[in-house]
Amino acid sequence: MTQQGVRWTADQVLALAPDAPSQKAGSKLGIAGPWSRAGSSVEGAVWGLCKGSGSKPYQTVIDTADATGPAYKCSCPSRKFPCKHALGLLLLWSGEEDGRAAVPDGEAPPDWAREWLDARRDKAEAKRSAPAAGAGTTVSADPDAARKRAERRAERVTAGATELERRLSDLLRGGTAAAEQAGYGLWEETAARMVDAQAPGLAARVRELGAIPGSGPGWPARLLEECALLHLLTSGWLRRDELPDALAATVRSRTGLPAPAQGRPLRDTWQVLAQYDTADSKLTTRRIWVHGEHSGHTALLLSYGAAGRAPALALPVGLALDAELVPYAADPASRQLRAELGEQFTAPGPTAGHPPGIPPAEAAVRYGEALRDDPWLESWPVTLGGVVPVPDGDTGWQLAEPASGLALPIDRSAASRSGLWRLVALSGGAPLTVFGECGHRGFTPLAAWPHDRAETVRL
Amino acid sequence: MTAPTTAHAEAAGRHARTPWEELVTAALLGTDRRTPPVAAPGRDAPTALLDAAAVQTVRRRAGLRAAPAAERPEPAPMDGRPVVPAAARRRLTTLLADHTGAGGGRRGTAPDLMELLPQWLSLANDRGFAAPPELLPALLNAARGRTDLRPQALVFAGPRAQWLARLNPDWKFALRAAPGRVPGPGPQGEGEIQRRWQEGLFAERVALLASLRSHDPDAARELLAGTWTTERAEDRLMFLDSLRAGLRPADEPFLEQALGDRSRNVRATAAELLSSLPDSALAARMADRAASCVALDRTAGTPALTVEAPHECDAGMERDGVAPKPPAGRGERSWWLGQLVEAAPLTSWQRRLGGRSPADIVALPVADGWRGELHAAWCRAAVRQRDANWSRALLGSPSSPDAAGPGAVSLAERAKLLTTLSASERAEWVAGFIDSHGLSEAFQLLGVCAVPWAPALGRAVVDALNIARDAGSYPWSFSGVMGLAERCLDPAEAVRLEALTAVPDEPEDASPGAGGYWSEAFQRLVSTLRLRAAMRAELDG
Repeated sequence: MTQQGVRWTADQVLALAPDAPSQKAGSKLGIAGPWSRAGSSVEGAVWGLCKGSGSKPYQTVIDTADATGPAYKCSCPSRKFPCKHALGLLLLWSGEEDGRAAVPDGEAPPDWAREWLDARRDKAEAKRSAPAAGAGTTVSADPDAARKRAERRAERVTAGATELERRLSDLLRGGTAAAEQAGYGLWEETAARMVDAQAPGLAARVRELGAIPGSGPGWPARLLEECALLHLLTSGWLRRDELPDALAATVRSRTGLPAPAQGRPLRDTWQVLAQYDTADSKLTTRRIWVHGEHSGHTALLLSYGAAGRAPALALPVGLALDAELVPYAADPASRQLRAELGEQFTAPGPTAGHPPGIPPAEAAVRYGEALRDDPWLESWPVTLGGVVPVPDGDTGWQLAEPASGLALPIDRSAASRSGLWRLVALSGGAPLTVFGECGHRGFTPLAAWPHDRAETVRL
Repeated sequence: MTAPTTAHAEAAGRHARTPWEELVTAALLGTDRRTPPVAAPGRDAPTALLDAAAVQTVRRRAGLRAAPAAERPEPAPMDGRPVVPAAARRRLTTLLADHTGAGGGRRGTAPDLMELLPQWLSLANDRGFAAPPELLPALLNAARGRTDLRPQALVFAGPRAQWLARLNPDWKFALRAAPGRVPGPGPQGEGEIQRRWQEGLFAERVALLASLRSHDPDAARELLAGTWTTERAEDRLMFLDSLRAGLRPADEPFLEQALGDRSRNVRATAAELLSSLPDSALAARMADRAASCVALDRTAGTPALTVEAPHECDAGMERDGVAPKPPAGRGERSWWLGQLVEAAPLTSWQRRLGGRSPADIVALPVADGWRGELHAAWCRAAVRQRDANWSRALLGSPSSPDAAGPGAVSLAERAKLLTTLSASERAEWVAGFIDSHGLSEAFQLLGVCAVPWAPALGRAVVDALNIARDAGSYPWSFSGVMGLAERCLDPAEAVRLEALTAVPDEPEDASPGAGGYWSEAFQRLVSTLRLRAAMRAELDG
C-alpha cells in the first residue's frame, strides 16, 4: 500500500489495552514529555524512544499495518501485551500537539526499528508464499502416524466422555442438593479427569458447573440445564458417527477438538464491532466481533492468553480493516461464526455506518434458529435497530422497540457493568442502534450508534 | 426473572409435556428418592431425566420471544450546547480513565491526570461545550468521589446528567446540587419564581435565590423579605448569606432590620454585611466607636498612635454585632477593640488621622504593644471592604525581611490581602516575595494567584526551584509548589524548563540521588505543561 493509513483515535488505542492498569499507565505516557525521536512511516510503522527509570530509553515500535493485526515490540521487560509504552506511543501518534501531528509522518525508521520490521515482513512474505507447501508437508510426512495419533486421542476422549456420563448419572441419582455441599472440589477433580482425557471442552463445562450452586436463587434449575447440555454433548460424542457431518463437527469442536480454520478465505472490509476479555484462573479469552461491510457476515475472532497474560490479538474497535478471514467451518452455509484473521491488506481505517439493525422479535428468532445447528450456543450476535434502553422492575433493564412495543431483557450480569450506563447515557431515552450478543440469559450490549453519530461507541 | 416468555407451543412428545419444575425437583432430590416423571425403555432413571431435561432446555431457549416493553422513561431534555470537539472528547476519556488509582506511590515522570480534570472542565465550561453523553457515567462517578469537582462537572454534564441521576441512585447528588435556572422575566416568570420560592425544597430555594441575586439583586432581596418572618432561624442565616453576592446600599434597610433578629447568628451576619457597606449607618456608628479608642499622640518627637481599648461592651455595640464574650485565652477589651476596628470603614481613619495615606498610617508607631492587634484588625477590614489601597499598605514591600517572618501580618492574612489586588499586581507581589524569600513560605500565597501564572511570577517560581535543586535538597520538600506549578504555570514555560530535565552532576554536599529525582520532577512538570497546552488547543480547535 502506498497511502498513509489513518491515524487511530485515542479511544481505539485505549481499546487495545490488555487491562485497566495498562490503560492508565499508557495514558500517562501518551504525551510528548518522555518520548524522543518518535516517527512514523507511510507503511504504517510507528516508533520512538521512551525515557524510563533506567539510563537507557526503551525502544518501542509498532506495525499498525501488519498482515496479522497490529504488532508490537518494546525493549521493556513488561509481560503485558501491548505494553504501556506501545500504548503511550500510539496515543501520542493519535494526537496532535500545537496543531501538528505529535509524531511526524513519512519518515524512515531508525535501524533498530527497521531490523524488526523487516524481519516481520520477511516472515509474513515467506508464510504467504509457502502455506500450501507447508500444510502439504506436515500431512504427507506420515499420514499413517497422524491418523493413529488422532484415533488414540479419540479413544481417550471417548473414555473420558463415558466416565463423565457415569458421574452425571451418579450425581442425579444422589440429587443435586448434595452437590451444593460438595462445593468446587467435586467438579475440579472431574474437570482434571477431562483434561487428562484430552477433552478441554468438556473440562471447561464441568468447571463452570462448580460455580452454579453458589450463584443465587434458581440455581437448581440452572444446574440441571447445564448438566443436561453436558449430557447432550457427551451423548453426541459417543454417537458422533450417526450424526450429520456439520453437527458432528460442532460436537467435536465443543468437546475440545476443533478442526483447524479450513474454510475458503473471505476478503472484506471488516468493521471491528467489539472486543472484550473474559478470564478464569487459567486462561484469558478475548472475543473480537467483526462485521463484513460487503458480505454482511459477522465473525468471531478468538484469542487466548495464558495465566494473566493478555491475548496477542488486539484490534481497534470502530475501525475497519481490509483483510481476509479464514472461517473454521468448511461448509460456508453453516452458521459457524468463528474465524481466524488471515492476511491484512491495509492498516485499519475509519468506517461510516454500522450493521443494519433488526427488531427484537427477529433477534430472538435468529438465536433460536442458530440453536438448531449448535444447541450449546449461549448467544448469537445481532444488531438491534431503533431500540431504547428502558428500566424494567427494580434493577432490570430491557431494550425496547417503541414501534412494536416488544423488548429483549438485558442480561443481568451485563446490567451491573458500566457499559449499561454508557448505553443509557448515550440514548437519553431516544432510540439507537445496538450491537450485542442475544442469548438465553438476555441481551448483552457491546457497541452502540446513536442516530446522529456515525462512529462506534464502545460499551 | 423477567426472561422472555417461553413459548409453550404445541406439545410434541412425552418430554415436552412433563413440567420442567418436576424435572428440577427430581434432580434436586435425586432419582433414588424421587422417580422422575419420565421413563424410556433401556434408559436408567438418571439418563432418562437428563434426556428429558436436555430436550426441554434447548426447546425453551429456541422458543425465546421478545417480551412486551416496559414503560419508557421520559426522554432526556435537549442540551442546546455543542458537544466538545473529538480530540477534546478523547482527552477527557483519558483524564477520566485515570481516576481509579489516585494517590499513593512515587509520582514518577508522568503527569497526574486527575489533577487536570478541574482545569479541563472549567475550560470546557468557559467555551459553553456540552459533555459527550457516553462519558457522563464516568464523569458522574468521578464527581461522586470528589465533591470539589461537582459544581464544574454538573454544569458540564448538563440536563442529561439530571435525567441519568433519576435512574441511578449512585448519582443522587446530581439532583441535590442541581444548578437552579431562573425563569425569564415577565409576569409568567415571576409567578414561577414565587411558586418555586413558596414550594421548593430548601436547597432549591437557596439555588433560586442565589441565581436571582446574580442578575436582579433587588428582586432577590424583596423575594426574601416577603417571607422573612416565617423562615426558620437556620434558613434565615443561609438566605441572608446569599445577599453577600452583589451587596449594595439598597440592601441597608433590610439588613438594619435584621440586626434586631431573634437569632444571634443572623444578627452577626447582618452586622458583618452592613459593615462591608462603608456608607451605612452601622459603619458610621462603628467608625465613631473605633475612633474613640485610637488617637494620634503628637507630644512625642515622632507622632505615634495610642490605643485605649473599650471598657465595656454596651447594648448598642452588641446590637451592632459585637460579640461580647471573647474566645478562651483572649482579653475582653482587645477582643472588643478588634471587632470595632474591623467593622469601621477604613476611609474614616484617613479623615481622622490628618489626611495621611494608608501607607503613612500603617507606618505610624503604635504605643504599648497594640500594633499587632490594630494591624490585624485593619487587615480584616481591608479584606472585608475589598480595599486595595489599604491592602497594599498592609502588605508592605515583598522583599522586606518582615514579609516572610512573624511580622505584624501573618502569611495567611497576606494571602487574603492579596485577593483584593488586581491579578497582575498580585502576581508581581508574590514574584517579588519569592525572589527574596524563596519557596518555602510561598505555597499559600501562590494559591491565590490567577491561573495561568503571569510570566514574571512563573519565572520567579522556576528560578527558585532551580536554586533549590542546586542547593542539593530533595524535590519532595517542594512537592506542594511543584504540584501547583504543574497546574498553574503558563504552558509556554515548557520550553525554558526543558533544560532542567537533564540529570545534573551531583555536587559533593548534595543529598544522594537528589539530581535524578529533580530531573524526574521537572520532566513531570514539562509533560504536564505540554498536556495542558494540548488540552486547551483541543478545546479551541
